[in-house]
Parts: sequence; C-alpha cells; structure tokens
Amino acid sequence: MTMNRQGRQTTPGEGAETVWETFTGNRGLLIEEALSFEYGRLDRTGVDLDEPEDVAPRLGGLQRTSQPNLPGLTEPEAMRHYMRLSQKNYAIDSGVYPLGSCTMKHNPRLNETIARLPGFGDIHPLQPVSTVQGALELIEMCAEWLKVVTGMPAIAMSPKAGAHGELCGMMAIKAALEARGDARSKVIVPDSAHGTNPATAALLGYKVVAVASRDDGTVDPAAVRDKLDEQVAGIMLTNPNTCGLFEPDVIAIAEAVHEAGGYFYCDGANLNAILGRVRPGDLGVDAMHINLHKTFSTPHGGGGPGAGPVVLSEALAPFAPLPWVVSDKDGLGLVEYDGEAGDAQPFGRMTAFHGQMGMFVRAMTWMLSHGSDGMRQAAEDAVLAANYVRACLSDLMSLPFSSRPSMHEVLFDDSFLKGTGVSTLDFAKAMIDEGYHPMTVYFPLVVHGAMLIEPTESESKASLDLFIATLRDLAMAAKRGETGRFEGAPYHAPRRRLDETRAARQPVLRWTPPEATEPEPRAQAAG
Amino acid sequence: MRYLPLTDADREAMLARIGVASIDDLFVDVPREAWREELADLPRRKGELEIERLLGRMAGRNVAAGSVPFFVGAGAYRHHVPATVDHLIQRSEFLTAYTPYQPEVAQGTLQALFEFQTQVAELTGMEVANASMYDGSTGCGEAVLMAHRVTKREKAVLAGNLHPHYRAVVENLGRMAGHEVSALAPRPEGGEDILSAIDDETSCVVVQSPDVFGNLVDLRPIAKKAHDHGALLIAVFTEVVSLGLVEPPGAQGADIVVGEGQSLGNGLNFGGPYVGLFATRQKFLRQMPGRIAGETVDAEGRRGYVLTLSTREQHIRREKATSNICTNSGLCMLAFTIHMTLLGAEGLGRLARVNHANAVKLAGALDAVAGIEVVNETFFNELTLRVPGNAAALIERLAEEGVLAGVPASRLYPDSGLDDLMIVATTELNTDEDRSTLAAALKEAA
Ligand SMILES: Cc1ncc(COP(=O)(O)O)c(C=O)c1O
Repeated sequence: MTMNRQGRQTTPGEGAETVWETFTGNRGLLIEEALSFEYGRLDRTGVDLDEPEDVAPRLGGLQRTSQPNLPGLTEPEAMRHYMRLSQKNYAIDSGVYPLGSCTMKHNPRLNETIARLPGFGDIHPLQPVSTVQGALELIEMCAEWLKVVTGMPAIAMSPKAGAHGELCGMMAIKAALEARGDARSKVIVPDSAHGTNPATAALLGYKVVAVASRDDGTVDPAAVRDKLDEQVAGIMLTNPNTCGLFEPDVIAIAEAVHEAGGYFYCDGANLNAILGRVRPGDLGVDAMHINLHKTFSTPHGGGGPGAGPVVLSEALAPFAPLPWVVSDKDGLGLVEYDGEAGDAQPFGRMTAFHGQMGMFVRAMTWMLSHGSDGMRQAAEDAVLAANYVRACLSDLMSLPFSSRPSMHEVLFDDSFLKGTGVSTLDFAKAMIDEGYHPMTVYFPLVVHGAMLIEPTESESKASLDLFIATLRDLAMAAKRGETGRFEGAPYHAPRRRLDETRAARQPVLRWTPPEATEPEPRAQAAG
Repeated sequence: MRYLPLTDADREAMLARIGVASIDDLFVDVPREAWREELADLPRRKGELEIERLLGRMAGRNVAAGSVPFFVGAGAYRHHVPATVDHLIQRSEFLTAYTPYQPEVAQGTLQALFEFQTQVAELTGMEVANASMYDGSTGCGEAVLMAHRVTKREKAVLAGNLHPHYRAVVENLGRMAGHEVSALAPRPEGGEDILSAIDDETSCVVVQSPDVFGNLVDLRPIAKKAHDHGALLIAVFTEVVSLGLVEPPGAQGADIVVGEGQSLGNGLNFGGPYVGLFATRQKFLRQMPGRIAGETVDAEGRRGYVLTLSTREQHIRREKATSNICTNSGLCMLAFTIHMTLLGAEGLGRLARVNHANAVKLAGALDAVAGIEVVNETFFNELTLRVPGNAAALIERLAEEGVLAGVPASRLYPDSGLDDLMIVATTELNTDEDRSTLAAALKEAA
C-alpha cells in the first residue's frame, strides 16, 4: 500500500479485487433510477403558472370527472431523473455505433442550431404563405439538392420516415398503374429485403413474391424475369443491398421490370455508399426513399423522428402526393389540393401539413457543409472504412459473400462461431462489455446469425483499429472456448441480459399506481 | 472537411491493407455507364459561418410565431415549452442513440418510453399505448386499419369535422388498400349527425374532439351506437392539452384514441417533426401498430425494460405485420414525456384551465366586434369566427399588419362554401394585449 504525505492511500489496498454489493444498488456513476411516477407527487409540478380567473366554462358539460394519475416532478428532480436515464444509453457520441443499415454517422450540432432558429422552428404550417417564404425556399432547396444527388426529376417531400416513403413510392406506382387501367396484384421483393418492404407492399393489398438471392448475395435478373408477368406491379429492390453489396445487374433488372410493364422501387436506405458517385436515376429507378436520418445525418433520437422524401421518375412524377411547393409571380406557394394541382394527378396525401421541416433544415445544413466534394468524400470514406474492417477481420470471422467488394457495410455470418457455443447474440453482448454498440444482428435474414457492420465515414483510423482489434480479440476468445465471456455478457452494462420472453408472456406496458392512496417511492436513490 | 476524420495518409494505408490501388476498385460492381464525376451542379463544401449566414437569412424571411400576436392552430399549437425540455433532449445520449435494439445499453430510452406509454394511457383514459406514431394524422390512418383488423370489416365513417388533412390521410390509405371510407360534410357550428351514418357494416367511426372548428363532441352516444352495431369508436384529438380539462375519450367509450402530441414539449416546426399518440384497450393490444416498451427483469433480477410484442411488427412478421412503421418519433416522444413529467396532473390541469379561460375571454372580446360572430357553442382553446367577406383575404391583410390571426376554413375545406370562416386558437402564450390587438384589427378590417 502507498500513501501520500497526508496519509491518504494512493494505491488500492487488500481486498480491492472484491466487488461489494452497494446499499443503494448504484454502481458509482451508474445510478439506479425509479420511474418518474414513483418519485413524483400528484400535488407537485415543475411548471409555475398562475391559476386563471374564473370564467363561465364553455365545455358543454364535458369536464373531466377525475384527474389523470400522473405525479409531477419539480425541475431539479426532473433534470436529475432524465439526466440519469440518459446515462444508461449508448449513443454515437459515446463511441462506435456500427449498426448496419442504420448509418449511425456523426450528427453535427450546427444542424441543431440552424433548425432552432425561430424562423424555422417557430413557424406554423398553416400561416399565410406570404409569411413563410424562407421556409418554402428551404424546402425547395432541399428538394433540388436531393434531386441532383439522386439524378431524379421529381420528389415528394412529405413522407415521415423510410417506411412512410416506401408507402408513398408504392402508392405512386399503384396510382400510375390504375391511371393506365392496369391494376396489378403482385410485388417482387428479394428475400434479403428489410421487413418494411414486404409490410409496405402488403398494406397496399399486394401479394408479396419473394426472390431468393443468389450465392454471391445479389439478385439474379434471370430469377426476377422468372417471376415477372402482367400481374407484377413492380419490384422493391434495395441498392446497395442489405448484404452491403452493389447489385451488379441492377440495370438489367430495371429493364426487365419495365419491359413487363412494372416499376422499380428502390429502397434507398443505403444511399450513403454511393452519394456523389452513383445516381439512382442512372440505374432505371422509378421511386426511391431517402432516409434523411441516415445518409443526411439528422439525429436518430432514440428511434426517430426521421424523414423519408421520395424521388420519382418522369413516369411517376404526375402522381406525387400533395402538398408541394410551386413558384409563381407572387413568390413561392403551396399546392395543397387537387383543385390547385393543374395537370398533375396527385394520388392523395400522406400526412398532415408539409413533412418533416425540422429534418429538411438539418439535412440541408449537412449538404451545404459537405458540398459536392464532401458528400462524395463521405461516401468514399464510408466504403473505405467498411472494406478496411472487412480486410482486417476476414481471416477470423466468416464472410458469407466474399466475391465482391463491400459497399458501406460488411456482412458476416456466424459460421466462424460454429462449435464454440457462442451465438451471434452472445458475441454482440460481449461487444457491449468492450464499450461498443453491437452491429446489426440477425438481419438480413439470408445468412445464418447475420452480423452487419456499418462503421460510417465518421470514424478515425485509430478508432477503427481499436474496434478491429477488439473484434479480433473476441473472435479468438470464442474460438479458444472462453464461453464465460460471452454467455453472461454483458457484465458491465447498466443491465445484464434482459428477459424478453417474460416481457412478451406477461406484458407490463405501463406503470400502475400501487394500491395505497399515496404513491410511495419504490427505489430510493441516496443523497 | 471538418466531419471526416480520415487523412489522405490514412486512406492510402487503408487501401493498401485492403489490397486495392484506388477507391475506384471498390466500386467495380457499379455498371460503368453509371459512373459519375463529382456533381458539378452543386457548390463545394462550406464552413459553419457561411452556412449560418446563408440559412440565417432564409430563416429571417419568415415571420416567427413568437414575434407577433399569434392565433394560428387547426392541428398544431404554440405553447410554452419549459427550458429544461430542450436542454435534456439535446443530451447526446438521447439525441444520438437509435431504436433500443440492445436494451442493456438503452435503458434510458426504454424507461422514457415506458413512462410515455403510461402518460398517454392515463391522459386518454385507455389501458395501453404504443411508443408513438409519426404524427396524429398517420396515427389516425393506422387506427382505421387496426379497426378493420379487429372488426374484420372494411368501412370507415369519418366525422365531417375531423381535421381535413387527417381525413385525406385516411381516405388515401383506404383508396389504396381497397377499403371503403365515407366522410360526412363539415358542420362548423357542431352537432353533426354522426349516429345515422353508423350501420352493421361500419368498422369504425372516427370522431375528433375538440373538432377542427373547436367544438367539443359528446362521444358517449356515438360509442354506444357504434358498439350496438359491432363497430369501434376511434376518438381523435389534435390538441392534447385539452385532455387536462375535458373528459378523456376512454371514459366516454372510445376503443382507440389517437392524436397529435406536439403541443407538449414540441415546437411548431412548420408541421414536423411531431409525435402521434396511440392508445387502445388491452383486448386489442395484439392488433396495435408500432413499437411497445415493456417491463421485465435482467439476469440479476433487477427491473428493466425492453421492446416487446414485436411479433406484430415488420421486422419479424414482414408482410403479415400490423403496420410497416419502423422509425417513429422517438425524440419528440421524449420531449413530450419530459414536459408532461414537469407538469404532472396538477400542472396540466392548470395549463388546460388557463387555455380555456383565455379562449373564453377571446370569444367574449371577438363577439363584441360588430360583424364578427363566434360560431361555436362549445370549445376548449380554439373557435371559429364568421367574418364579413372572405376570411383568407382578411387573414392576409392582418398578416401584413403584423397579426397572425388564424386559419381560413377555406384552406382546409376548399370549394365548400366556408369562405367566411376562420379558425382561431389561443393558448397560455396569448396576453390580454394580444387579444385586444386581434379584436381591434378585426374591427378595423371587418
Ligand atoms: C434497408 C432498410 N429499409 C427500410 C428501412 C426503414 O426506414 P425507417 O426506419 O426510416 O422507416 C430501414 C431502416 O430501418 C432499412 O434499413
């Protein structure tokens, strides 16, 4: 034991290796946190507002007969509550977040600042258009840039996320088919597709026809041709695909679908790989959503919000949904109704108002920051990073599809874990202990125990090297039979592995007040 | 480039490790004819300062709601959001996380979701709520699809005073999915005859209260009639603050409650992002769309939260899923929850009373203006005025004078003969001075 001159111990003493349970259940900086309702009181609030003067109510006798059971917190309590909750989250700003298909890239804070300018954040969607000319200009500018980077002639800005964009694009296809008196009943979806693709097609009443990927992880135009007939409305193809590969025959597939009278919906979730290098418009695409929360860096926010503008080909452009921005002699205006749509035949409306303005501002800020050169560089760096990770791991981890270069993400399967007793899930949980967010696991469904790694352009080489070294160490440990490191993982996260089966079997989906009239705090944090 | 950490030397070293000569070698699968040089039509990178100037100027060309007397509502409302809310939602751990797929390192988001679901269920008087929809209108569309699954019928009846954008969303989904939708004509003064539109083929009846003109609707007789015919009542709201004062739809017999949560925690943002609230009865749980957080325990028996019942969802069920939704309104949900937690039942009740009192005062002030008539018998914080002449033109003139007075009904219902109506909303943010400014401006203009 060493001590400093005041007698304070400066090295750990005996027994330091034992982990003692704490009285509070807290573990140093990791503090257990009760539900807000368990701390809160029904007679407490964190918002000071004067009681209004008495008025004769105009509620038609529909006053609430009982108060909601929602205890409140004062500001210091609320601040601490949500601060502590936040500390139980992993985030891009904490470390590598290689969640394949999700493009967890850096979220610049300039975007947040600009989106909060009162001229963007504090304007109402139904203000007179004369008072929101700058907002319409922003939407137009964002729309223009997105058209240029995708090489597509038209765009629908209003969809709220990727899946909503899919719905929008498929609705445009359905409307175009109906307009030519050719209602069709089927949509082709490769088996590697994201779940939102078949779910979208089914929502519109289409029968989903699956196409199996070929051995190299891509789609065979011959297999598509086999499924094509006069009942096929189109194909929903992801490119680059969910195995992280560019579909080499995408143009042939597009041509085949067009020849059969169908349309090509492209899932644009993976646009980040090709930004500024390849334009979907040059590949025969008729409709494609763009996830502004992926490629264009708008924050994922713990699950949303996103934005999913859809670019459209000449063939589908007339059917784009309401509303859209137009420019006329008085400046910019909004087309909000069929009656104002002129020659266009909008299929309808996807959502109230005009779309995710807050995301348009952030995405526009990101595009301006990067410019044509920076966007291309970002895509190249993202592709480079994924291929570097692949090159450094392929001797230890198994690549199901190794004949083609990866795009911005690299897919491994679990065959390197065969016989080790370690599953993909175990491997992912062990990464948590090492301070990493796991990659996407068990998606796509076309390989066993999928691990889809998307490092993005936001990682330095040093960061990638440490990530690689960590995965190498884990892979070797699994092969050496150190199953304990995996089975019980994570050991060091705010929670050990959670029982999902129990959650589903006995669903508890909300807090219910204890029987006692006064809710008692259930877990008391010290201090 | 300030966002790209790799140096040219790094890039060279990485290419060498991969074993290719240039980055182009990684794009060999792209058909040659689709190769592009740098996009010449777009400018090159810009620094923060330049962008602040450029977009700051653009923002400056809009009239911010906070800079004028402001009475615009009809589906989005300007409320005071406590400073704590924006501070907390900008914490990196919330802002830059994604969907809590790995619950051990996402307890913050998951617990917030669990609290949110509790709040939504309590506010609406329902048993269960999901983790949010994109917004009120898409939630409304999903509610109708859910009712079809529950009742195994395919005909929706929409009240005429349902927000027309919500109606358009439902009609569009219905048309595209091959379901029947019938919508009544609007009735600005309230008192629609919804009952006679319900029959044995009705899957659901969709009623908004307060409705788009501000009227409160007694849902109880509608619920009764719907249930008598084996149909569901879907209750819709666009102003969630009203639930602090008005009997919740759950207590009036609604089967599904959907609405817009923007009023709490979230700014106007020109229409999005917002947050859709979605609640229903326990017995319909398995037909509910969207993510749901649930309570469980970890390997050490400690309480924790996970996403659950995902066998309803697209990533498991694919074409058999209850919805195609994936990304939802996470951060807007968090803002809602924090604001609601700060308010508590006590604060929400008071906020709602202030809103209502302001609306009563506003109605009094405007009724006193010659030529202006308040159309509503009942309202919460929004009401409809009949003005002499064209309301849209009047609103435009008032905007030039620096008053954002409301929404012309004709913007929501074009070609419906409602040209002389305007919808006016008021919240805790409006002062007596705002009200007299509006009254004076209307007096002059009318
Ligand atoms: C390939 C793919 N398609 C579609 C989606 C759906 O996008 P969103 O979550 O924005 O609805 C995702 C994202 O989750 C995806 O990865």
